[in-house]
Amino acid sequence: MSDVTPREYHQARWNEPVVMELGAPGRRGITFAAPDSAAAVGPAADLLPPAMRRKSAPVLPEMTEHDTLRHYVRLSQQVLGMVGISLFGTCTMKYNPRVNEALGLRPQMAEIHPLQDPSTLQGLLEIVWNFEQILKALSGMDRFTFQAAGGADAAYTHVCVTRGWLEATGQLGQRDEIVTSIQAHPCNPATAAAGGFKVITLPLEEGGYPSVEALKAAIGPRTAALMINNPDDMGIYNPHMKEWVRLVKEAGGLAFYDHANFNGVMGKIRARDLGFDACMFMLHKTFGGPKGGGGPATGAYGCTEELARFLPKPMVNRTASGFTLDVPENSVGKVREFMGNLHIVMRAYAWARGMGAEGINEASDISVLANNYMEKGLLAIRGVTKSHPDIGGPRMEMTRYSLGTLKEETGIGVGEVANRMTDYGVDAPWLAHEPWLFPEPFTPEAGELWSKEDIDTWVAVVRKVCEEAYANPDLVKSAPHNAAIAKVQGEGCEDPARWATTWRAYLRKHRGGAAQQAAE
Amino acid sequence: MRRRVGIIVNPIAGMGGRVGLKGTDGAEIQRRARELGAVPQAGARCALALRAMAEEGGAAELVAPAGEIGEAALAEARLEARILRDLPPPTGSAADTRAAAERLRAEGVDLILFAGGDGTARDVAGAVGTALPLLGVPTGVKMHSAVFGTSPRAAGRLAARFLEGAPSVRLREAEVMDLDEAALREGRVAARLFGLARVPHERGFLQACKAGARADDEAALDALARRIAREWPSDRLMILGCGTTLRRVKRALGGEGTLLGVDVALGGRLIATDVTEAQLLRLLGAAPAGIVAGATGGQGFLFGRGNQQISAEVIRRVGRDGITVMAGQNKLAALDPPVLHVDTGDAEVDAMLAGYMQVHTAPGQRMVMRVAAPD
Repeated sequence: MSDVTPREYHQARWNEPVVMELGAPGRRGITFAAPDSAAAVGPAADLLPPAMRRKSAPVLPEMTEHDTLRHYVRLSQQVLGMVGISLFGTCTMKYNPRVNEALGLRPQMAEIHPLQDPSTLQGLLEIVWNFEQILKALSGMDRFTFQAAGGADAAYTHVCVTRGWLEATGQLGQRDEIVTSIQAHPCNPATAAAGGFKVITLPLEEGGYPSVEALKAAIGPRTAALMINNPDDMGIYNPHMKEWVRLVKEAGGLAFYDHANFNGVMGKIRARDLGFDACMFMLHKTFGGPKGGGGPATGAYGCTEELARFLPKPMVNRTASGFTLDVPENSVGKVREFMGNLHIVMRAYAWARGMGAEGINEASDISVLANNYMEKGLLAIRGVTKSHPDIGGPRMEMTRYSLGTLKEETGIGVGEVANRMTDYGVDAPWLAHEPWLFPEPFTPEAGELWSKEDIDTWVAVVRKVCEEAYANPDLVKSAPHNAAIAKVQGEGCEDPARWATTWRAYLRKHRGGAAQQAAE
Repeated sequence: MRRRVGIIVNPIAGMGGRVGLKGTDGAEIQRRARELGAVPQAGARCALALRAMAEEGGAAELVAPAGEIGEAALAEARLEARILRDLPPPTGSAADTRAAAERLRAEGVDLILFAGGDGTARDVAGAVGTALPLLGVPTGVKMHSAVFGTSPRAAGRLAARFLEGAPSVRLREAEVMDLDEAALREGRVAARLFGLARVPHERGFLQACKAGARADDEAALDALARRIAREWPSDRLMILGCGTTLRRVKRALGGEGTLLGVDVALGGRLIATDVTEAQLLRLLGAAPAGIVAGATGGQGFLFGRGNQQISAEVIRRVGRDGITVMAGQNKLAALDPPVLHVDTGDAEVDAMLAGYMQVHTAPGQRMVMRVAAPD
């Protein structure tokens, strides 16, 4: 590891009011001449049923365009933005190339309407179809839908497809259990339960993954499906997955591969080759689309020909006369409006074409290499240990660490460390899904994007903060010091008398009813 | 008003451990421990906790009995305290702890911070019950009770955060366990549930900021208890094990039941409480039956610890398929390794129970756990 000194950083700090408190009566951004619609259709209000008409005008801030712009610039100065060093594990943070963003914003993409006739959407449908061919090659599946607006929605799509399949084969009601592991993303048990299934969870055993024997005790004539990711987000790959899938299918269930952690195995394994019936990719992370606050998401759900007749409608098909939108024979209906977030498919297509099959394969190598390079640096820091320290061999594209020792020796836990890290201008790491199997967990993921210098810098910040925890715990405990907001008090989120998700609720709960009436 | 914390040290707690004596209950064992070269360490570990409490910014008033059972640790930690000098002279027995705890309760302290092991926890909880929060500085050999901080310093910091009213610190009911030391020296581990205490508990960072989502198991277990009570066949006996998890089912059946005993229900209500093995065997002759059991926290014992009334013979007659196990997901996740244990005293029944078992964690949710028989 190179010896890097963390960068000095200080965030702007404005005592910025919320937008609802800004402006003055009568101020406007742009005023236009009133349209002469009344002559054609009568007063606009008459177009609404009386019960739906407002009795009073909405209480909206009245502002000039200039004031509005300055307000939002100031707010943007008070966040780390999406361009710091963000090793947010399980999320596979990737740079979103500007050229892909530009493609997604082209009028041919941005200005089309989902209700247009398919004959006027041929270019877009061709991109969707082409991208489907790429994912088919990466997974071995027969069909893909891009309707799901995220990974959890894609998992839910699988639950819907499972129900459709059970119904069509006369097994609905008999097979009512879905098996998953305690390290699978919580969206797997959650969507299974939302779809009316009972959830059987397997704990981790020797080796860091559930045993084949535990799986055998979980499956049987009631098994509807297995929903599993591999590697899990501790970075451990379950080498028995092929046998798992065989056992589940012998028991009569479907096997679904949640490919949330695809980055470490891209181009190395194909879900179909392991026997899976279905899988899911996240285009907003693995395939270079914007992630988090950067944009909407897309979960690409793929399955075998046998299950394709249950897919959400519509599907894009290629015919001799062009691309068509068709309803699968036993379609489960919709999991999202229209065809999903196709501008993300556009970006992912651009990313995949830019990378090429060899590039995707190499990116996977780099991400595993980068993680293991980072691990060397992190484990050299006093107070940092690794999950399952007794399990040898390199981890995949991420590793879960624990600050349990640091907490024990200094009283400083991962929450305080994360707060202090932002003082050095880097994003705090992802911790872990619940339940926490290791104390004070954190899970960074380098991916193929971050340079050696970036990783060294990030590790140097963790080292610096851990050293501070031993030398001057109060400095860490009271962090962040260089951020716009010193510390967010979380307990208000648990108190219905205090939380406020709308301006109206805020006025009622924090300013008293009189102020609210005045505002209305 | 300034918060007050009472300090109790069991000076001999933990002395037996390093000389292999598995605890220091009883004067004879204490004498042997000293002969074997054991050195009292509870006071020093308590001082560590007190220093951590002071460093955390605790401004609470410290109240402690005179001498080795309190005052000495405060002196070692170089902290000011109000010393109670009118207690009966120490006898070197459990009576000292109990007398100090009762006196501190009368003083109206907000928390008792005690240094000791399971036996000490039992004595303090026995004296103050759930009327007063308590927190253990771990210094004993046996520490199966859920009342201890993970280390002396962690206990001190948690005490300070509780006393300053940190919103992330809440009180929860914790099980006070104790082992039978005589049995332990004979090579048998026999823990039993002794009672309940109210203990400060700091929720994790994430959980404290998450709206609505309680990471603890309580809501899930209550819902599960109601589901089990509702769906149980009306003509089938339900044999209910002991502990706080099973008490939820007992309450869902409309009764209070016993916390420490085995109860029996039929037709949706409790029909017998605190039953013996003989009573269970008689009832088994009268109607088909199933067992609902929990697992002990920390150790993960299913049968053979505290619920010996559900004997090997009772289990044999109910059969493996007649057993419903319920436990919170977090309790199971905290078992390291994730294994449940049985020790019914009957190798054949233990072997029947061994293998994987589905444990109910919430309505419609189960966890597959390995059950291990004794070696």
